[in-house]
Amino acid sequence: MQLSHEHVRKVASLARLKVTDAEVESLLGDLTAILDYVGVLNDVDTTGVQPMVHAVELHDVLRQDTVVASLPRPEALDNAPRSDGEYFLVPTIIES
Amino acid sequence: MSYDVIIGLEVHVQLQTQTKIFCGCSTMFNPDHPNVQTCPVCLGLPGALPVLNGHGFRLAVKTALGLNCQIAPYTKWDRKQYFYPDLPKGYQISQFDLPFSHDGHVDVEIAADAKSGKAASSRRVRILRAHMEEDAGKNMHDESGSGRDSKVDLNRAGTPLVEIVTQPDLRSSDEARRFLEELKLLLTYLEVSDCNMQEGSLRCDANVNLHVHQPDGSKVATPIVEVKNLNSFRFTEQAIEHEIARQWKWFQETGIKLGDKGGYKSTRGYNPDRGETYILREKEEAADYRYFPDPDLVPVLMSESQVAEIRSEMPEAPAPRRTRFESEYQLTGYDAAVIIDQGREFADYFEGVVKTCKDGKQAANWLTQDVLRETKQREQSITEFAVRPEVLGALLDRINQKQITIKSARDVFGELLTESDQDSAVPAIGRIDEIIAAKGLAIVEDTGAIDSAIAAVLGRNAKAIADFKGGNEKAIGALIGQVMKAVKGADPQTVKEKIITAMSQS
Amino acid sequence: MLSPIASLPLSTLIEKLRSAELRSVDLTTAFMDSIADHDAKLGAFVHLDRDVALQQAAEVDAKRDAGESQGPLAGIPVAVKDVLCMKSQPATCASRMLKGFVPPYDATVIAKLKQAGVVVIGRTNMDEFAMGSSGENSAFGPTRNPWDTERIPGGSSSGSAVAVAARMAPLSLGSDTGGSIRQPAGLCGIVGMKPTYGRVSRYGLIAYASSLDQIGPFATDVTGAALLLEAIAGHDPRDSTSVNKPVPAYSQSVDQPLAGLKIGVPVEHFAEGLAPDVEKAVRAALEVYKSLGAELKEVHLPHSKYAVATYYLIATSEASSNLARYDGVHYGHRAEKFDSLGEMYEASRGEGFGDEVKRRIMLGVFALSAGYADKYYTKALQVRRLIRSDFDAAFGEVNVIAGPVTPTAAFKLGEKTSDPLSMYLSDIYTISANLAGLPGMSIPCGFTAEGLPIGLQLQAAPFEEERLFRAARMYERETDWHTRLPPLAH
Ligand SMILES: [Mg+2]
Ligand SMILES: [Zn+2]
Repeated sequence: MQLSHEHVRKVASLARLKVTDAEVESLLGDLTAILDYVGVLNDVDTTGVQPMVHAVELHDVLRQDTVVASLPRPEALDNAPRSDGEYFLVPTIIES
Repeated sequence: MSYDVIIGLEVHVQLQTQTKIFCGCSTMFNPDHPNVQTCPVCLGLPGALPVLNGHGFRLAVKTALGLNCQIAPYTKWDRKQYFYPDLPKGYQISQFDLPFSHDGHVDVEIAADAKSGKAASSRRVRILRAHMEEDAGKNMHDESGSGRDSKVDLNRAGTPLVEIVTQPDLRSSDEARRFLEELKLLLTYLEVSDCNMQEGSLRCDANVNLHVHQPDGSKVATPIVEVKNLNSFRFTEQAIEHEIARQWKWFQETGIKLGDKGGYKSTRGYNPDRGETYILREKEEAADYRYFPDPDLVPVLMSESQVAEIRSEMPEAPAPRRTRFESEYQLTGYDAAVIIDQGREFADYFEGVVKTCKDGKQAANWLTQDVLRETKQREQSITEFAVRPEVLGALLDRINQKQITIKSARDVFGELLTESDQDSAVPAIGRIDEIIAAKGLAIVEDTGAIDSAIAAVLGRNAKAIADFKGGNEKAIGALIGQVMKAVKGADPQTVKEKIITAMSQS
Repeated sequence: MLSPIASLPLSTLIEKLRSAELRSVDLTTAFMDSIADHDAKLGAFVHLDRDVALQQAAEVDAKRDAGESQGPLAGIPVAVKDVLCMKSQPATCASRMLKGFVPPYDATVIAKLKQAGVVVIGRTNMDEFAMGSSGENSAFGPTRNPWDTERIPGGSSSGSAVAVAARMAPLSLGSDTGGSIRQPAGLCGIVGMKPTYGRVSRYGLIAYASSLDQIGPFATDVTGAALLLEAIAGHDPRDSTSVNKPVPAYSQSVDQPLAGLKIGVPVEHFAEGLAPDVEKAVRAALEVYKSLGAELKEVHLPHSKYAVATYYLIATSEASSNLARYDGVHYGHRAEKFDSLGEMYEASRGEGFGDEVKRRIMLGVFALSAGYADKYYTKALQVRRLIRSDFDAAFGEVNVIAGPVTPTAAFKLGEKTSDPLSMYLSDIYTISANLAGLPGMSIPCGFTAEGLPIGLQLQAAPFEEERLFRAARMYERETDWHTRLPPLAH
């Protein structure tokens, strides 16, 4: 897998990670090495093998539709970096 | 050159559950008290885990069955990943490649339009898929444009939604509106959603473009536009109308078609004040949502017998009920539609009335005129209406038994309502006969009494007789009135005929 | 100096509490003192709340005074990894991103500990968001191995392992996603167990990779681990992946030796890369089993050579999604400087996460991205099933699989920090159990010439923790590795 600087930046942007030029450089090296390594999986014939998402085969795990007490608002907002006591506050969302 | 309009809709419907899709918080609409219906799960707090609301899933299955969809025997949950302040986990739990249902249809009846001379028609709208997902919270933008903070309320975050995706089968804004009306009727009938658009329980995105006919008989498509977040039927209709006009004008000016350079799919919003759509995203850059199966949730399996069981719990859907009303009660298509379209309770009321009076036609007349008028005047729903179906049925039965006239029945009906308006009680069946007796409304079959009353009236109304004979037909009205006053419960038509006969003989 | 109380075996502590010879308040104080004495050198704890711990201890004492019956662990201090949510106590995952975050709720395991009268004595250091194998990726600084403070204790549950190894707590909880309990247990010379996926509720465990994460116990001996697992295991309706199976009384059966034990020895775990001193100790342990009547049988796990690659694709993919919630909006770190919402996201995440976390998020986002998901993420899920099938086949022939926990004993701090791939390879023997969802444990089985602990890994089929404990205890009775104290504790 040949990664480019641009590709690394694109992935960082998808991940919403601010990266410096130096970080792009080192990430490019690390990711290239790791992707090289995981390339060994290409040696495995997986034709017809069902992907295994879960380690347990459970299904139909359901809840009753019964209201459970919510958190008091102060507790919900307590960890917010910014709030006005009623809402979470974020910088203006501009509809582009 | 002419064109076809191609419209597909994506509709988000909030399911009528008590609690959210993956936690026990209430789904109550509560915009005045932000952030009071949250918990670690719907706040997306570290460590919290989702567990599926079983009732919500059943409602979703009912929805899909109502849309004539196939129910998948195996369905799973996927994460759709994007960043937005109303999405606390950084992903929405939704369904990607294996939705719980797919491939259904809704038939939309388009009434004839006298103005344009268009005949009545029917359109089958195919449903591509219906999947379940969690709703996001609500962002409140700073309207002043001063660059202040936006506010986030997560009360709604995690409300269960069904997203219904149609094929591009709609051909006009009118059809789109009719489809939405039929969908709303269906979902409220099934009691899966209240479809309250003011509260955001039903939201619509419309994909619109034109297929322009070319001189050589081929067609070219204009670039597809997705108009987002249409929150009323009227706005949906208006937005589509505006898009049709805008795209047609643009195509004539530029000739740019779908797939050309500059002919990419775009996303627009609708401004109802200006009646115009406006650009949201110029180029639909293939969003990379990185869908993958949510490892915190497990699949749901639906056997055929489980589907059959849910189906058996469902009330009859509006479309088959219309057909049945026409055949079982000999209603016109128009009357059946008016009754069904009022909603399930109204149709149930109708059947309640028919059960007692055994006359569908009579019942339909009363419901579509008197009952609708009176409920509208009182701003009542049919379930709040004081005259219960068995009472109205008994009243109409008196007409059919020729015990009272239609006019007298209207008097009784009015009296029942007046009384209940005063004491806000629900009148009992017995009250009907009491009113008939008190007002002397019973049809008098005793022709002797009528004859002697006529003789007496004619004897003291020489002038009226002369007027009538002189050609003033209206003069008879006063005579009928006097006879009716004397013999309560006489049939006015019979009285009229008898007066005419008596005068001609005199 | 280790206090006389802190150096006693757990069974003795339980007995002394039960007979009222010892009060929980005094016991808790003794361990608190031990922490005060040693932790400045070891960095095992990131948060201590002495008042809360002593309060809990006092409540247990009061109940005992009132004659109320209590579970075996009532009054025993337990340290918990900083990955578990506990109401009103900070939970940071050793990340700058969660500095100051205080959950408004208890993880299910914390609720169960409280129920059992366990005293939560403190929160332990770890690799940030449980991503690491050395305990070096922590916003609080590295944890050090009590056997040699120039060396790493293993990770990511570094602090929980060191707390028990240095007798700063008799028991602790960690989480294991690719070996994060077993590997540090092995490197610190204690017992660590990763239960079957679904055995212990993950509700309140801050997720790294949801389909692999599992909470488990650390103890100085097998019985301690059995007691602690018994207290935290069981079905939880708040975790959809929690399995509804009764929890056996592990501590009751642990002393019963297993007759007819068939031990599988996977040839792949004794291949190139295994340090000779580690191999020697592990093979000697196998001989002990043989002498106890167990049958040793060679088994093959042909896909185990793909386990590390498979793991790093699945774990990072899930992590990239699980860590999307840290965006500076509803909790956690928000950058000071930004000009727009988009910049706020990028700056907050860029500042909040450490290098290894960023690296894994990047790898995960890449592995799930359009055009690559099939080749990387889905392919890894397919190989994961083949890895599981290898185990299913092996457990058709044997009932326990035994081998090394790690290829080498503890390495030096900083030795592998510049080479992520070589760091990843230190999980080579532990990772498959997470992919397959199996229970696995690490028990002490010797020391290198330099005096560093060596671990023996035992694995079993799903939900066979009871068998693992009994098998482990058979060996433990024959040896005294678990009774040795690190030099620091003397
Ligand atoms: Mg959607
Ligand atoms: Zn909630």
